[in-house]
Order: sequence, then structure tokens, then C-alpha cells
Amino acid sequence: MSQQATSHDKKPIKPERRRFLQSSAGLLIGVYLPVFANQKSGAAAVMQTPSEAGATLSPNAFVRIAEDNTVTILSKHIEFGQGPFTGLATLAAEEMGADWSQMRAAHAPANVEHYKNLAFGVQGTGGSTAIANSYHQMRRAGATARAMLVSAAATRWKVPDTEITVNNGIISHKNSGKQASFGELAASAAELPAPNNEPALKKPSEFKLIGTDLPKLDTTEKTLGQAQFTLDIYQENMLTAVVAHPPAFGGIVNSFDDSAARKIPGVVDIKKIPQGIVVYAKNTYAAIKGRDALKINWDTSQAETRSSKTLFKLHRDAAQKPGANATSNGDTDKALQDAAKTLELEYSFPYLAHAPMETLDAVILAHNDSDKIEAWLGSQLQTVDQGAIAQVFNTKPENVIIHTQLAGGSFGRRAQPDSGFAVEAALATKAVSRGTPVKLIWTREDDIKGGRYRPMVFHKLRGGIDNKGNIIGWQQTIVTQSIVAGSPFEGMIQNGIDPTSVEGASDLPYTIPNLDVSLHSMQTKVPVLWWRSVGHTHTAYTVETFIDMLLELADKNPVEGRLELLKKHPRESHVLRTAARMAKNAGPTPQDRARGIAVHKSFGSFVAQIAEISNENGFPKVHRVWCAVDCGIAVNPNVIKAQMEGGIGYGLGAILFDEITLGENGTVIQSNFDTYRSLRINEMPDIEVEIIKSDIDPTGVGEPGTPPIGPAVANAWRRLTGQKITHLPFISSVQQMETA
Amino acid sequence: MAVTLTINGESKTVNAEDDTPLLWVLRDELNLTGTKYGCGIAQCGACTVHVNNLPRRSCVTPIKSIEGMQITTIEGLDGPVAEAVQAAWQKIDVPQCGFCQTGQVMSAVGLLNSIRKPDDADIDNGMTGNICRCATYVRIRNAIHDAAGILEKQK
Ligand code: FES
Ligand code: FES
Repeated sequence: MSQQATSHDKKPIKPERRRFLQSSAGLLIGVYLPVFANQKSGAAAVMQTPSEAGATLSPNAFVRIAEDNTVTILSKHIEFGQGPFTGLATLAAEEMGADWSQMRAAHAPANVEHYKNLAFGVQGTGGSTAIANSYHQMRRAGATARAMLVSAAATRWKVPDTEITVNNGIISHKNSGKQASFGELAASAAELPAPNNEPALKKPSEFKLIGTDLPKLDTTEKTLGQAQFTLDIYQENMLTAVVAHPPAFGGIVNSFDDSAARKIPGVVDIKKIPQGIVVYAKNTYAAIKGRDALKINWDTSQAETRSSKTLFKLHRDAAQKPGANATSNGDTDKALQDAAKTLELEYSFPYLAHAPMETLDAVILAHNDSDKIEAWLGSQLQTVDQGAIAQVFNTKPENVIIHTQLAGGSFGRRAQPDSGFAVEAALATKAVSRGTPVKLIWTREDDIKGGRYRPMVFHKLRGGIDNKGNIIGWQQTIVTQSIVAGSPFEGMIQNGIDPTSVEGASDLPYTIPNLDVSLHSMQTKVPVLWWRSVGHTHTAYTVETFIDMLLELADKNPVEGRLELLKKHPRESHVLRTAARMAKNAGPTPQDRARGIAVHKSFGSFVAQIAEISNENGFPKVHRVWCAVDCGIAVNPNVIKAQMEGGIGYGLGAILFDEITLGENGTVIQSNFDTYRSLRINEMPDIEVEIIKSDIDPTGVGEPGTPPIGPAVANAWRRLTGQKITHLPFISSVQQMETA
Repeated sequence: MAVTLTINGESKTVNAEDDTPLLWVLRDELNLTGTKYGCGIAQCGACTVHVNNLPRRSCVTPIKSIEGMQITTIEGLDGPVAEAVQAAWQKIDVPQCGFCQTGQVMSAVGLLNSIRKPDDADIDNGMTGNICRCATYVRIRNAIHDAAGILEKQK
């Protein structure tokens, strides 16, 4: 089984040893093929406009061939579970004609010129874009490398390029019987100029690796406990730091008494930074105990002290009038007046924490003999973090080296447009003497209470059907806080509409003649962030439960009724039909169970899910889920299935159990996995996934599995019990219904 | 304070406070970083090790309380059950982010040590203490069944 380029050598862990460029230098290397041509500074922090971002990249920054015949791809995308190491390596290997066993992957350095996300303009991972934006780029990189190897072979064997073939990592010339491996030719190939012409890429029908279940490159290390995460980095003289944060968002330190904390054995120092009080210690336990012993007087006069209850009421009040127009068609008011039957519902969604398994952490070292700053972290926006750290140290971005680490999940958590966490880590490092590496750890309590939540959302929907059962009017008012406002991504807001607030509703696929979708953007001091599938977390839920209820009101079948309205949307229709067929083939619904369906497009991919549930003491138990996904060309079907499974489990846990609540004074009530429930294995349904065959370029898979599960379960629950769950999570709605 | 622990068959003396959780001693003092921190309050299982062959949450286990006992971490895990579990884990490509997986493997080995052929309910009982935020649960279940099958064939 293939493994990462990272070394398996464990002790002592020196991060440098695990970086490909240096570790392979010890092996009489090879050749970096091709070299970075006219590499500019990593002056990376500057955001670019999307049109500039689309410019052609230097095609050669991604493939490294070593004389030991390993091929390492440099992944511009962070690997935190969604599989980009494997996917990007597959794309390059396909065009190179490589053998999968020789492939490795490592994180690329921060460099906006070479490694920007073509969808963003900065180096970063998100929006389920890793494969989509790399599909041509990585294949071109592989094809270029292959062309150079072929040309080196042709020169050495004195035969024409065209007579040379490359298969399974072997370059061969049939007539002469000559053969060579990539490693054998790497050095000569490096001396050749990069080809001028864009090498031709394979047609999908010629793919050998793309479309197959290649084993993931990072599985072995992760199974054996050898994968290195940021938390696992230990350096000489390193201090471990934790920060005492304010009890409400926007609070600051008034005064503090650290005398008891300083007496804790192992505590080395205590400093104040704008984010709170940092406790530095020789080990993690001492740092945590030291923090517990601090006495801090907080100033919350400028903080967000409103409770969730108060904020919820403000959102609800706003929803009573239409907001800024996101979509408008026909005359919705009139249609709803004329309707034979109408339905009106209000929905609410709480703040949600991402709670990735590895909490936020970083190791930063400010060298004392140079301007150099090194940062090891699970950076999801590398060139943005680089710029922000540089600013803290008052140095140029090119002096900041970002060593992107494997991260224990993210789901959006690590993609902070203002680099808030990286800045906190940089400030904590800057507060001690240069030359001392500082590892900043957020405990789980910091993570759950630390904000950057999926925002609170309120929807009001009105729908009407005529006397023939046609849906003739749909009015949807969405109230939420903008995620991009005030961030470097603010330019996405057009005409008062943050697209991430309305996506999935403003582009309603159902043909309804009179349609209005509008938005009120609320302001709070609660920091909010994208959470796996972003706006689709709430729009899929409202749209897919509301349409289900309207169809029921019209006496229509949930599948056939949807299909009638999706005539212009063949891909939605196809996944819907497929999921329906999968469920049908599984046999009739058992007597005490019900099935519910939902279909939703997000991040360019189409997913339909059918959930089969029963009522266990007044709460849904989800037994099975059938899932059909159309994400274009399936680069690695096994990874896609894993993402559907994971997306379903992640979404299901949230809609059943999760809410972050601000209590009186704005303090977050939840603090750890005891109060912020995660789905557990006994709550995980059986999942069957079918991938639609396609030759359209690939689209996202990390997020699209998440949106449909909530409405699929809610629709099943309504059909089983008659209860309409419109206030999430399920657990609080169901409890309220019981007490009512 | 000096506390002597038996870890992966070796005796280790560490200078740490008696109440220090084993988790932080493993990681911060002994460089055994396969054991992870996820919650610190026995809710997630990321820190699972074996103490006298039984799964134990190292984040809430003070070192003083396990002096003289046999502690096994993922780094010292071996034997046919461990091999079967780790082979199944790789065959089924269980990990996503991987951060919970060492704890999952430790719990799975513990489960198979006590029940050779667990059914789904046994797996639920043995594994509910281990959270996977990536929700790799379908594969964890399959891999445990697969490992049980491997062990059965070896008989
Ligand atoms: S860290 Fe020990 S159970 Fe979570
Ligand atoms: S694999 Fe990511 S938390 Fe389990």
C-alpha cells in the first residue's frame, strides 16, 4: 500500500524531517521535475480578483520525481479527510502513466502564484473545490512531466518520441525493447527545457486510474497512529500555550491576577494579548491548570451580551416583511391570494459549532538569527494566514514559511478569512522572546465556545396551490448574518445579497410561476463562518421540507410530484429517480417505519437521499439512507462514497442534536461533547451510495452529502408522526412538543 | 514527582505531578503522539489506550493511579487481533481526517479481545464512546466485522 512522502521515523519528531523536499535530499535526490521557474516572492497575502485568479498557472509546480522512482505530488489543498492527496495524485498519475504504488503526496508551500485555488484567487481549500479546480491543472502537470520523461528517453535511446509508450510507471520503446523507470530518467529529463506546447490530455474513455477505487495515500499512516498532525509537533525549548478567552464575544481584559497561576509547577510565563491572557508552560497540563487558576476581570461593555432568545426574536421580527430581493418571478402576492390552499411556516436554525476532532492548534517559531518566521498549522487559507502572520511580526509575507499540516477535520473551521486563530497564535509567539517555539492549543472548551459558528437563521415561507394541485406561488424570506461581510470575501455581496445566505433557495430548481426569495442580513458580534455546505445547511432543509408539504397538500407523490417540477433539470431528476429506485429495490417500507426524500444541488453536485426511520420513544431513529450522487466524473468512487457517508453523518448529528446557545450576558452555554452532542456509531444509519455515470468535469463532494439528510429525515418523521419539525435541532423541538 | 509507568512493555520514570492525566505524559513527556486529545473529559475516545488490556480514556486517568499496570498505546499495539484490525482498517480505507482513528483502533482491538465475533449491538456497545466527527462509522463497523472474519480464519 502506498504511503505519504512523509517519513515514518518517529523520534524525536522534528517537523523538518517529514517534509519531502528535505527528507528526499538525503536520498541523493533526484530531480525536482520540473523546477520552479522564475518563482516570485511568496507575496501572497494580497487577495486577487476572481478574473486574475483564473490566469494560467505555471504548470510545473506540482510533480516531483525522485531517483528512487517515487513520484510526489505537491498538494496545494490541505488534507483533512476529504481526500485531496489521493484525488490530486490520481489526476497527475493518470496523465503521467504512473503506477499507483509509486505515488506520494505532500502539502505544497504557501505560494499564491503557483498554488492559488483557481476558484478563489488565494491558496485555500473550501467550497468543495479541490478536485474541481485542479482537474485540468493536475492532469496538465502530469502530462508535462510525462512529455519530459518521454523526450529524455527518446534522446537517450535515439528514437523518435512518438514510438515511446508509458504504462504503469514504465517508459518503453517497443522495437528496441528498451525500458526505463521514471526515476532512471528523471535526471536527464530535468536538463531538458519544459515543453512549449501544452501536452494533449487523455479522453475520459482512455482513463485507467481515474474512476477506480485506488487505495488512499494516507490510510496506512493514519491507521498505525503515525500520521503527524500539528498537535504532534514537539520542538526543543517549545512552550505550550493556552489562552483564557472572554466570556462573551467582544469582551476584553480589564485586569487580572496571575499569582496563583504562576505557582502551578510547569507554568513558565503569563502574558496579556488582545485576545485574552496567555499561559505558557512546559507541558499542556500545566498550561491548562495555570489558566484555571487565573483570576480575570473582564470588560464586556462592548461585547455581544444578547442571548440566543433575544437574537432569535429579532430575526423572527425581521422575517415578517420581505427583505432585499434575491429572486423574483411573476406576482407572488397575487398568486398566494388566489390560491385554493396555502401553507405558511416559520423555521429556525441555531448557531452550530464545527467541532472538528482536532481542535485549533499551531506551532510558530520566530527565528532569533533572522527575520524568518515558521508556522506549522492546519492552514486552510495558506496565503491569507501567511500575510496575517507577517503583519503581526511586521515583516514581509515571504519571510513567513507556512508548513501546512494534516489536520484532524475542519468542516470550514480552519478557513478563517481574517486568520483570527493564526493571528492569536502569532501574537502569543511574539509575546515571548524570539527563538522560542510556541505551540498554541485551543482546548475543546475553547473550540465549542469560541464562535465562528454557522450563523443563526430564520426562514418564513408561504406557498399556495391552485384547485388542480399546481404549486402557483412561493415566497421565502431568509434572515441571517452575512458570513462574508467585513471579510476579504466581502466583494461577493451584490445588491445587498450575500450569496452564501441564500444559495439553495434563490436558485430553486422547481418550476413555480410566482416566486420571491428575499434576505435580511442581521448584525451581531457573534463571529460566524462557513460550516460544511454553508447556506445549504438551512436552505435545503426549508426548501425540501416545504415542497414535500405542498405536494402532500396537493395529494401528490413526493417523487413524481418533484419530477413534474424538475423538467428543466435533468441531473436533479436523475439522482431523484435513482435514489427512488434504490429504495424500491430494497423492498417495501417495514410497517413501523417511514421514508422521506430530499434532493439538493450544491457546489455543482446533485444529491438525492431517502431516509428510512422509525419512532423510538418519540425520537427518530434513522435506519437506512439511500444516496444517489452526480458529481461529474468520479475520480475516486470510494472517496466519493466516503464523503457521502461522512456528510450524512455530520449533517444528521447536527439536525438531531446540536445547537450553540447564548445565555444571558451572551455566554455560550455548551462547552464540550457532553453538551454539544456528536453523532455516535449507534446512531449512524446504513448507507448505500450510487454514483451517476458522467463525463462532465468533476464537481464537489466534501459538502454536497450534508444538505439533503436533514429534510429527508424530517419528511420521513412528518409522514410517520404528523409532526412538522421546523425549529432545529430535532431534540429541542420534540421536547417542546412533549411539554406543550 | 517521579512516577514509574510500564508503557509498551518498558518501564519509564517521568517527572510529573501525580494527578497529571496519562494522555499528557504520553504526549508531552514520552513523545508517544499516536494517542490524541479530543475532549479531555472522557467523551470522545480519541485518547484511548489499554491498561491491563482493557480500553481506558487516558485523558482522565491520573498517572499515579496506574503505577505498576501494563499500559499499551497505539505505538506498542501488536498481536493477531491488532494486526487483523489494522489490516481491515486499511482494506476498507476507514480513516478520513484520521485524528480519531488511533482511538477507534484501540477500542476495536479491546472489543475483539473480549468478544471474538461481535454483532452490530456489540459493536454499538463497544464503540459508542469513540466519536468520529468525520462519521466514518459505517466503515468502522464493516472493518470490525472484517477483522473478526480474519481472526476466525486463523483458528
Ligand atoms: S480526549 Fe479522552 S475521551 Fe476525549
Ligand atoms: S476520521 Fe476524522 S474524526 Fe474520525
